[in-house]
Parts: sequence; C-alpha cells; structure tokens
Amino acid sequence: MKLWKTILAASVLSLAAATSAFAARTDLTLGIVLEPPHLDPTAGAAAAIGEITYANVFEGLTRIDENGQVQPGLAESWAVSDDGKVYTFKLHSGVKFHDGSAFSAEDVKFSLDRARAKDSLNPQKPLFAHIADVTAVDPATVKVTLDGPQGDFLYDIGQVAAVIVGKGSADGNKDKPIGTGPFKLDHWAKGSEITLIKNPDYWGTPAALDKATFRIVPDAAAAVPALLSGDIQAFANMPAQDALAQVQSDPRFSVVIGSTEGETILSINNKKPPFDKLAVRQALASAIDRSAIIEAASNGLGKPIGSHFSPGDAGYVDLTGVYPHDIAKAKAYLKEAGLENGFSATIKLPPVPYARDGGQVIQSQLKEIGVDLQIIPVEWAEWLSQVFTNKDYDLTIVSHVEPNDIDIYSRPGYYFQYDNPKFNDVIKELGATVDKDKRLELLGEAQKILAHDVPAVYLFELPKIGVWDAKLQGMWTNWPIEADDLTKVKWTD
Amino acid sequence: MTAYLLKRLIIAALTLVLASMVVFAVMEILPGDPARLMLGLNASADQVELMRNQMGLNAPLVLRYLHWVGGLLSLDFGRSYTYSVPVIDLVRERVVVSLPLAVIALALSTIIAIPVGVFSASRQGRAGDTLAMGAAQLGVAVPNFWFALMLIYLFAVWLRLVPAGGFPGWSAGIWPALKSLLLPAIALALPQAAILARVARSALIEVLNEDYIRTARAKGLPYRAVLWRHALRNALIPVLTILGLQFAFLVAGTIIIENVFYLPGLGRLVFQAITQRDLIVVEGVVMILVAAVIVINLVVDFSYAIVDPRLRGRQ
Repeated sequence: MKLWKTILAASVLSLAAATSAFAARTDLTLGIVLEPPHLDPTAGAAAAIGEITYANVFEGLTRIDENGQVQPGLAESWAVSDDGKVYTFKLHSGVKFHDGSAFSAEDVKFSLDRARAKDSLNPQKPLFAHIADVTAVDPATVKVTLDGPQGDFLYDIGQVAAVIVGKGSADGNKDKPIGTGPFKLDHWAKGSEITLIKNPDYWGTPAALDKATFRIVPDAAAAVPALLSGDIQAFANMPAQDALAQVQSDPRFSVVIGSTEGETILSINNKKPPFDKLAVRQALASAIDRSAIIEAASNGLGKPIGSHFSPGDAGYVDLTGVYPHDIAKAKAYLKEAGLENGFSATIKLPPVPYARDGGQVIQSQLKEIGVDLQIIPVEWAEWLSQVFTNKDYDLTIVSHVEPNDIDIYSRPGYYFQYDNPKFNDVIKELGATVDKDKRLELLGEAQKILAHDVPAVYLFELPKIGVWDAKLQGMWTNWPIEADDLTKVKWTD
Repeated sequence: MTAYLLKRLIIAALTLVLASMVVFAVMEILPGDPARLMLGLNASADQVELMRNQMGLNAPLVLRYLHWVGGLLSLDFGRSYTYSVPVIDLVRERVVVSLPLAVIALALSTIIAIPVGVFSASRQGRAGDTLAMGAAQLGVAVPNFWFALMLIYLFAVWLRLVPAGGFPGWSAGIWPALKSLLLPAIALALPQAAILARVARSALIEVLNEDYIRTARAKGLPYRAVLWRHALRNALIPVLTILGLQFAFLVAGTIIIENVFYLPGLGRLVFQAITQRDLIVVEGVVMILVAAVIVINLVVDFSYAIVDPRLRGRQ
C-alpha cells in the first residue's frame, strides 16, 4: 500500500514537472478581502473596484505606474499650453473597447463630461472641477481646457475614477465592465470570485497571463491556509498580519513589504474643546510613542510619519522629530493649556486592526499624561455617518488612503474641522502651480505647517504586505494607487 | 387535527408580520448612510443626496415599509443598493450553497448524535458513556470557527484532500461542489451533534426508567429490541424539538462558517450586506430565513403527531 502511494506520488510529481517544463503557467488566482459592490470605477468609492479593474480592464488617458509616476495611457502624448490651461492629447489609434466598438476622442469627451456633470456620481468629482471644456478635435485628438492651471492635472486624470468608458456601454459597466484594457471580464460569481481573461484584441503589449481570478477571502484567518494549500497564489495585500511569520519562513512564497498612500493618523476634532487649543494637541503629539503603536498596529511594518505625506512620494520631508516622545514635555503642554489634571475624551475606532489595536496603545500612552480615553468601537457605516459626516467625535484613528491628499486639511466642512488660513493659502497656490520644483517646495511647506500645528497626530504609513508564489513576477511592490496591475505579471520557469 | 393545523398556521403568519416590522425597524435604527458608503470620502453632500434620492431612501418611513411589505407579498424583494440587481436573484445564487450546506450539516449531526446518544444511554455511567459524553462536552465547548480552521489545516493544507475554501459552483460537477461543502458541513455539524447526543441520551435514560420498559424486558424482549423500538421512539420528542431549534442555530452558524471557508452563501450575503448597509438585502434575506425557521418549526410540530400517535387525537 505504502509502496503504491510512493509510486503514485512520484509519477504525479514527474508528470507535473514534465508539463511545467513545456510551458509556464498562465493562470493566476489572487485573494482579495472585500468584494467590490460593482465594477464601475467611475461610480463607486470602494477600493476593491479599482484594485481589480485599474489598468487591467479600464485605462485612462494617463496611467500611474508602480512608482507613482505618470505614464502615457490611452493618450500616447500631450502638449500643454504656456499658461497651463489647455492640454492637447494625442490618442493611440486602433484601440477597441471589449464590446468591439472603436475608441475615439468622442469617448474621452463623453467620459470627462460625464464625470464633471452636475448630476455626476463620480466618487472623485473634485478631480474634474477645473475642467471648463472638452473638445474632440478629431478622432485621435482631444483638447481639454481648464479654468485655471491645475498643478497635477496629468496625475489626476490617471487616477482610478478618471478611466475612460465607452459612450455606448457606460451605463452597464457596474455589472459588465467594458473597457479598453488587456483583460476583460469573463464572469463574476457574486460572493465568490471575479475572473478576468486576456483581451485578444488589446492595442498595446499583450498580458502574459491568460486568466486571472480574484477570489474573495473575507476572513483573515482563512488567508494563510488558502495560500499554503495552493488554492490562492497571491495576495497583493495580505490581511493576516499575525500569521505573516508562517509564510515568511516558507521558501515557496515571496513576502514583499511595500508602501501605500495610507497615512494612518489620530484624527482630532479641532473645533471641539479642549482640542481647539494648540497646546492640547501638542500634548497629544508629545505623549504618543510611534514605535510602540507601529509595533502593535502594523506588526512593526509601518513607516513613521510626522505629517500627512507618504515617505515614498517626491517632496517628502521627515518631520517625525517635531514632537518627540516626551512625557514631561507633554505634561508641560497640558499645564500651558490649563489642564494639568488631565481630562477625559472619547476615541471612535473603525473595525480595522490598525485602528482597534493602535487605539488601545494610544489609550494607555495618553493615560500617562492624565488623559483618560474611552474607546468606542464603531462599524464603517457608523464611522462615516457619525465621525465623517456629522463630526460627532473627539478622536479617531483612520488611514487616509487617497493618494496626494494633503489638501483635505483645507477643505471646508471636512471632518477635522481644521481651518488655518496660512495652510489654505499654500494649498491654493499649490493647486495652481505646474512647475515641479515650486510644487515640491510648496508641498514641503504644507507638510511643515501640519506637523507643527497638529490638526491630527501623524502615526505611520500603512504598509502593503504582498505575499505571492515565489515563481510569480511583476506584482506591484508599492501601492501609489490601490491597483493590482497584472499587465506585467507572469510565471517564471 | 385541522383546528390544530389552522391555529399553527395563523400563529406562523402573525409571527411573519411581526418579524417584518422588527426587521424593518432595526434596519432603520442602524446608524449609517448607504449612499455615503457607496460614494466614499471625496463625494460632496449634494452627490450623497442625489444618490439617496436614486435609492429611494428619502421617502417617508411608513410609506417605505408599506412599499416593501407590498413587494414581499408578491415575492418582489426589491433591488440591492450595492449590486443593483434584484434581491431575489442574489438569494437564488446563494441558496444553492447554503441550503445543501444546512441539510448536509443537519443530516450529519443527526447521524452522529442518535447512535452516540443511544450508546451512551445504554451504558449509563460506564466508561463508554463517560468517554462519549466527555467528547460531547468538548464538542459543545469548542468554537466552530476554530474547529473549522483545524479541519482546513488537516484536510486541505496537510493532506490536500479538499480545497481550503471557496465554492466552484454546481456547474463544476456534483462531486467538486460537494467536496467543497464537506469540511464546512462537518464544522457546522459537530457542535450540533454534541448537543443533540446529550439530549438524546438524557431523554432515553428517562424513558428507560419507565415501567413499560421493565414490562417489555420482563416479557422476554431482547434489550436491543426494547432500546431501539420502544425506548428510542418515545425519546424522540425532545430530540425533534432540539432539531427544530438547531436549524435556527445552523443558519446563524453559517454566517461564521461561510466566512471562514469563503463560501458564497446566504450567511455571507447578510454579513456583507450589513457592513455595506445594503438594507434591502438584509431585510429580504432575514425575512426568508425567518420564514424558513417558521416552516421548519411547523414541520416539527406536525412530526410530533407522527412520532406520537397519542398527540393525533388532541386538539
């Protein structure tokens, strides 16, 4: 019996080896935690929509690469007028949508006009606020006129919500996404998996994979056995942090820790006493010990930040030393605010491990300076309505995953309730500045204002924990935008 | 009998109406705005308002309730906010996973529990009984998600006999589909079997102490015949009651188990719909589950009469 088993196993193994010698694998199953509600990136904010469709199914005029740089997308080149107001895009020719219809300048006009329309439900509508006019000059040329210079326009139109959709197919994209990308939707078994197959008519470099399946694995504990059993070969961002060691020690897997655009912060309600006093906010910043928080909330993998800016982005200034961990100093700040006996407040924590775990550490750290925090766990829906919409909170922990979003501190009515005219001026100038060096300078200035004025306590940059089969190549290390770009992913040997 | 049946049916209908009110009210109280959830952090208040109008969330409460209940009566469960497809389609896709899972689990738990219960009762106080009831105690105490993970590591990661999770769909063939339901069914069934075995044992022990058992033994019937034919049948009533109640527990249990095994079942659907505030889906599925539990309990009520002829004559 045992002999038979050995023979059987040996023959199966040699068979497997023999077939793999002939051709490398061309299918891939990836695990994702949350199922997207639908697959139209222009109609929903859920990150999973972009994760699956960006660069794979849908493409924009420009595209953002793994390093956060702007690359040509459906537009092969562009020219910008001297005043920075008029962009003329030259489009690729021979591009077809998945339904067979030809892509042209009309589709670009349609997509941009739709996104900026009065009744638009585009989740990133502010990106298109400065567009005054879109004209299809000829089928391969589009002219976009802005009402003033928009500093990062080429980056903005490369984002997930700015992808180009077909005039005739846009309304059905939620269920049957029709894009121009190298993959098209094969089928979506709701609750289970979404399968993409190679688009044989793709205009650009064809993908190496024939088939990519995104399987929904909602439970963190289930992620590791799914990998170990071979059912799933890649997690672009693995949910199970505690179990990471288990795959890290296994030579069959690559574990690649990258960065995201997720600034994880202790948000403060800046209008609510006593947090309206600078000294109180300074006390909070001095009382917290980032390294302990990073250890508990991200298994030591997050990078400490001192302002609202990703350490991986151009223009980053290291401001983690502005308020070093110093209990005596923190107490002095409280005294300055007239609160030497401390005070009590609440902290609302959304249902993500970094917030729930980080919140407990912060609670114990603030106790040392006499600030008594009551933890209130909330669901995402509650967080959105209580904290984000109604501003009914003292403190909360959340990761702001939108790329390049330092301007949120200048948005009127934003949940921080922060209003600093000096900061607003910098952001306003930034928005109208096209010159690269000047932009970096302004970004640095904005970071410094936030670091010193503490509208929020900056904790760490959320890590991207990539885990995939060691034979797999081309997965993104970093997440400048949340996308699982599979265009260059392939199996080796 | 007819009057009994009628009374049961009326109570069942009233329960459904009451449940619909409770479900609707709870969903109203639940904080969170589905429109804001869909549009995210960067959407303006105007956009959210526009979305709310599109979803029909701005109509008065009573009107929305009546509209919903009116739809239910014609089996129209409305459209999902998030997926924007009819709720009934979602349910149809999911029920082909959850129903077989629940049935297999229920069958497994019965098949395991009854023999163990009988075995234990007939060896009351002896080593076999102690061992079996010790195991049952363990079965009750072990959380099913942990047990499920142990099963996954043993059968999927180590032995590679079954997939670690997921569901290939019935179109992939009966065997692959059943294979992926096997571990979840075991994980669901074992704790239930443990409870059922304990109930069966104690019911049987009570019956075994009755006078007529002694009489049956005295007239020379073999112990086995007495145990299986006379005692077990009379001990079935409490077992059936528990079985009916367990169906409700199974439904609740599938929410956890379907998450661990990432099965696209009803439990997952409800769980996901709650976090996404897809209220219309939650309401519809919960009503279906309520109806299912009510029907099962009706069946249990009627099966009492089958098991115990004495109940048939009673009004």
